[in-house]
Amino acid sequence: MQNFMPWHGLTGGILIGLAAGFYLLSVGRMAGISGILESALKPASTSFILNLSFLVGLPLGALLIWLISPQLVPRNAFSGSTATLIAAGLLVGFGSRIANGCTSGHGVCGLPRFSVRSIAATLTFMATAAATVFIMRHLVGA
Amino acid sequence: MPIVAAVIAGIMFGAGLTVAQMTNPRKILDFLDIAAIAKGGWDPTLLMVFIGALPMMFLAYVIQRRMRRPLAAPAFLVPKPSPIDTRLVAGSAIFGIGWGLAGVCPGPAITALAPTSGQIGSVILFVLAMIGGILLSQFFTASSTG
Repeated sequence: MQNFMPWHGLTGGILIGLAAGFYLLSVGRMAGISGILESALKPASTSFILNLSFLVGLPLGALLIWLISPQLVPRNAFSGSTATLIAAGLLVGFGSRIANGCTSGHGVCGLPRFSVRSIAATLTFMATAAATVFIMRHLVGA
Repeated sequence: MPIVAAVIAGIMFGAGLTVAQMTNPRKILDFLDIAAIAKGGWDPTLLMVFIGALPMMFLAYVIQRRMRRPLAAPAFLVPKPSPIDTRLVAGSAIFGIGWGLAGVCPGPAITALAPTSGQIGSVILFVLAMIGGILLSQFFTASSTG
């Protein structure tokens, strides 16, 4: 566990929970990013500007942390080919919308409501994600 | 006002993902690598993120129940309880495969569009493919719920 960063994870997690909680109590909506992204692709929708505003905030948050302390910003370490990246993006976008939520919508927002749908979704995507990593790292990559 | 609140929430969310190192796909894949639990090198940082986030969100729901309406909007738009169906499980399974392939999910992907974390080409490519996947899903949504 040489790369384990418990305090970064915990602090960041608290910030994420506060952000989702603040979004619920102020705007009355779920901070599920895949749903927000889908609405932000529809300029005709009534919540278009609202969803776009949230999305614009995300990279601004990263920039803010960089301004406070550049060493807190992780260096990206994408692995895998261009084809893998495209396939992954397609599956993530497609699957999260079919399931009506991703890590944020079902995980962060759904689990603390004890939503049975979100619990089922989270267990399912955790299982297939772990299986995929196992296949890619230990069967294909071995 | 709601727009200001949305930007602030987005900034907090993006800041949290950044501090938690969740924009780095390596942290995600090292968490999902369950073989490493036995072998060594497992990285439970993502678990700590949930341990931090879930109680905060739980608290927000407790406060929400005492409020008649949100601070900056006319009504709460919280999904009604509904049963587990095939779409939910199949969609989640597909999402998980994509998540496991690259180690990136929607929140971190958009957050990593900030030029400070590097590999911006890979991030843009992933985000464009993800948008493609969302647009594709709308064909299925239109036919099944229409």
